[in-house]
Amino acid sequence: MLSILKALAVVLRHTFRRRDTVLFPEEQPVLPPRYRGRIILSRDPSGRERCVACYLCAIVCPVDCIALQATEDETGRRYPEWFRINFSRCIFCGFCEEACPTKAIQLTPDYDMSEYRRPNMVYEKEHLLISGPGKYPDYDFYRVAGVAVSGLAKGEAENEAPPVDLRTLLP
Amino acid sequence: MPTIYIDNEAFEVPEGQNLLAACLALGFDIPYFCWHPGMGSVGACRQCAIKKFKDEHDSKGEIVMACLTPADEGVRISIDDPEARAFRAAVAEWLMASHPHDCPVCDEGGECHLQDMTVMAGHAHRRYRFTKRTFPNQDLGPFVNHEMNRCIQCYRCVRFYSDYAGGDDLVAMGTRNQVYFGSHKDGKLDSEFSGNLVEVCPTGVFTDKTFRRHYTRKWDLQTAPSVCVHCGLGCNVFPGERYGRLRCIRNRYNADVNGYFLCDRGRFGYEFVNADTRLREADPPDAVAAMIEIIIGARKNGGRVIGIGSPRASLESNFALRKLVGRDSFFVGTAGHEQRLIDTAWLMLKEGPSRSPSLRDLEQADAMLVLGEDVTNTAPMLDYSLRQWLRRRPNPERLGLGIPEWNDAALGEIFHEVPSHLHIATVYETKLDKIAAQTYHAAPHDLARLGFAVAHLIDSRAPAVNDLPKDIEDHARSIAGAFETAARPIVVSGVSCGSQQVMRAAANVAWSLHARAGAAELCFVVPECNSLGMALIGGRPLEEAFAEAADPGIELAIIIENDLYRRAAKESMDRFLRLCRHVVTIDHTVHATARASEMRLPAATYVESTGTLVSNEGRAQRYYRAMAPQGEARASWEWLRDVSEAAGGWNAQDPEGSAGRRHRVAGQSESEQDGRVADPSGAERDQAFIDLLAAEMSKDIPFFAPLPEVAPPASSRVKGMRIPRESPRFSGRTAIYADKTVFEPKPPVDSESPLADSMEGFEGEAPAPLIPRYWSPGWNSPQAVIRFQTRAGGSLRGGNIGIRLIEPARVGKVSHFLEVPPAFAVRPEGVLVVPSHHIFGSEELSVLSPGVAGCAPEPYLGVGLDTVNSLVVGEGDPVLLKAEDFELILPVKIMPSLPDGVVALPVGLPGLNGMFPPLSAQVTRAPEAEPPNPEQRPKRTDGHV
Repeated sequence: MLSILKALAVVLRHTFRRRDTVLFPEEQPVLPPRYRGRIILSRDPSGRERCVACYLCAIVCPVDCIALQATEDETGRRYPEWFRINFSRCIFCGFCEEACPTKAIQLTPDYDMSEYRRPNMVYEKEHLLISGPGKYPDYDFYRVAGVAVSGLAKGEAENEAPPVDLRTLLP
Repeated sequence: MPTIYIDNEAFEVPEGQNLLAACLALGFDIPYFCWHPGMGSVGACRQCAIKKFKDEHDSKGEIVMACLTPADEGVRISIDDPEARAFRAAVAEWLMASHPHDCPVCDEGGECHLQDMTVMAGHAHRRYRFTKRTFPNQDLGPFVNHEMNRCIQCYRCVRFYSDYAGGDDLVAMGTRNQVYFGSHKDGKLDSEFSGNLVEVCPTGVFTDKTFRRHYTRKWDLQTAPSVCVHCGLGCNVFPGERYGRLRCIRNRYNADVNGYFLCDRGRFGYEFVNADTRLREADPPDAVAAMIEIIIGARKNGGRVIGIGSPRASLESNFALRKLVGRDSFFVGTAGHEQRLIDTAWLMLKEGPSRSPSLRDLEQADAMLVLGEDVTNTAPMLDYSLRQWLRRRPNPERLGLGIPEWNDAALGEIFHEVPSHLHIATVYETKLDKIAAQTYHAAPHDLARLGFAVAHLIDSRAPAVNDLPKDIEDHARSIAGAFETAARPIVVSGVSCGSQQVMRAAANVAWSLHARAGAAELCFVVPECNSLGMALIGGRPLEEAFAEAADPGIELAIIIENDLYRRAAKESMDRFLRLCRHVVTIDHTVHATARASEMRLPAATYVESTGTLVSNEGRAQRYYRAMAPQGEARASWEWLRDVSEAAGGWNAQDPEGSAGRRHRVAGQSESEQDGRVADPSGAERDQAFIDLLAAEMSKDIPFFAPLPEVAPPASSRVKGMRIPRESPRFSGRTAIYADKTVFEPKPPVDSESPLADSMEGFEGEAPAPLIPRYWSPGWNSPQAVIRFQTRAGGSLRGGNIGIRLIEPARVGKVSHFLEVPPAFAVRPEGVLVVPSHHIFGSEELSVLSPGVAGCAPEPYLGVGLDTVNSLVVGEGDPVLLKAEDFELILPVKIMPSLPDGVVALPVGLPGLNGMFPPLSAQVTRAPEAEPPNPEQRPKRTDGHV
């Protein structure tokens, strides 16, 4: 009997508390930038695609909802020919973001994805690629990678010595 | 078996090994870079440091390199010793100091020995904060990509390339920390084995350029054990598939055949599977129904239905065709001249006393005669084996020095001092000539005479050769001398120079040696992946089918996996196709024959189907489907099975044709879709069809008796599970098809093999013929194969792959061939046209791959200096080649080694089909050719012909 009264008292107390829920969608919650919502593909500071199609996001994905195909442009810069995320399978665990060596794939605080048809939850590269660098404004993988791509010849990246002169035997 | 102590635990290891190989085979992890099981030890990288103790009381020990320390009786070592571990971590750190940060864009990533070893050595954090060394890259042609920044200077590439593969255009250059591995100039690497650099290089310096265009990580590839189809040697491969396309070919270790390596034709010729030339749908769409109707009609009305098989189709497909049409109506799919040669080869192997050696056996030989065969171009891995033999031939001097087999650096020093016993007699110069003791270039008749002369010198019962020139006599004497002292002599010949006499001469040499040494071996090179299997099945030559088309007439001709325009002259083929009332071609590629046929059915290629091939050694090997076929394509034997079911079973002429009734299942394909292996009508079909065929073959043809044992039956399981074709890390399952359907489709079920198109299944070590990839925890690179072997470079733990079908006959008395051909005489009325072969271009399927096609030569006519002088032509000038049934204008290629009166025509090149050298022809200046400047004409520099 006493416990029932105690429980009623708790309920009564909560009646006068401030509401925790918000009136979505009229009212939008404020989420931290590291919230794990919809996945995007970002660009590097110079506006080029960051993704180099290394397949690490795909392998780390516990529900196997990422598939892509690598290709490269005429200067040898790798990029995904197509990139597909099946959000109807995604569990927003963020492993892909952790695995990404180029900070291309990022999870955003945008969470309100709902569709009536599952196929609409399948996002292709055109839906994923945004025009900015996302959470990491400065990082550019090719500045440190050590391979030559357009505009960045051998020895021109960070911490690189000029290419070895193959015609010399001088010490 | 010596006992060694590793961290105070006793282990027995095989005799004559170094500690690194011994420890790896025992399952210990020791990181290494410069050691390679196929190439021995040099001690260059200092990575495999371990601690060695004097005795059980020694607690201090000393650090030694495991790869250079013999695993002798009582050796005490420690792998786990803190000092040794620190040493290894430090070495890995030095090697990594300038290694770039590019794993995400490196094609080696995920199958990288450097990644594996760095993790194994325990180096995780980079402390080096200065600038990294960079190198310029080179363009090494269409097959190999070069990224020198990744190099760790282990020297494996140049050791493989120049010491083992015999190439001379990839070298180490520069000094100190700037050693550069590359060529003296940009351009395609010369060696036929350059593709092995991709697997030999422990990092991503050399990667597969054809793979780069459709790159996929190793863990995403669906793979299955398979056998290469681009020549007759039957090398083992792993084809890798992703998203329905074949992505790459990787080596599959087979101790008896190709070991750790593959040739470039086998490795890069795979793209025909993805080519636009593929036939994907039946054409016309109702072709099968029409075909069934024709067969039923023909059976009722007594119309003739014939089948034309193919030496590039599996045993199963050929046999199913023979079953469908009946033995009398089955044709082998090669013209008589070619079939005679292959039949000669297998009859000699079957009835003669000489064994056919495997590629591994060839490496153990100590004297060799290559007669009439350009092995570098017709059977490239045989060239590689010959080169290994030359490196490793046992010699008393070396044994006296006490240098173990694996000590590559020390052996390399004495290698040049040992005389070679490789004798090469071919029509024109081959790449192996450089390493031969003596060479001889002559017309096929004269090559045969040399062989007969050698045989006579060894065994006087063999016929003597009269009127042999003095120098040839001496040459024969020196070959005979080398052979008589050899413990394991081998004669290599083949069908490629088109001469039966040469093959007989080779047999005579081997057989005469058999009488004395008792262990002479005889190796015949055959042109296609199942040439020998086709000979074992047997059938009538193509010409008889052509004759039957005219009289009594043919209602339906079924041609499987064969472009007959490559086998017979165009006129006779045109006439044949015109005369047959109906023609069906079942093939995976649209070629001239398919285009000219009335109906086409799409066949699956070797990566999309399961079957068995017989290599030139007589080894039957099963290949498994690595990917599900696209479109309507199916294995030829599946088409033939369905047709026979619908048409009322196998041909009634065949008394044993019971399989047709036993396997009959209504709605076969539906039941497969359902994934039920045992189909609803269960009791009737207790075996997979491929096993039924094998059982039938083993009953029908005595040589196929062991065939059911070539691989585990399709119903076999390991611990109740199938073997998965996909790795446990296979990614993207729920996204690959999401653009078409979000309901993930069920993977296709393979009722004809114990493998599954899935990540799920038995994860341990499968039986050797079923191992779909080499992977072991911590070992992602191809080096993981060590975890599947009994010892480094030894056989697989699950047994060897393939079964030898032909063993030498036990004959008391050797009967030699007695007919010695007359010497070749230059004929005033014309020249002898002999075939020349090219690794890139001569083979039908590989040349459909863009990379290989780019390396194929343009059609040419190879002429010797006599023709150059008599016609006054220079390199590239057009000449007219006029034979009995064709005329061709071809540019001249000067081949100074060609004997007088002989010209060489490259066979099989696109545009040169339907010509079958050896034949006689006239060569004249092409009508419109202008006379070249006489000063530019090459002069005969040597008297050698």
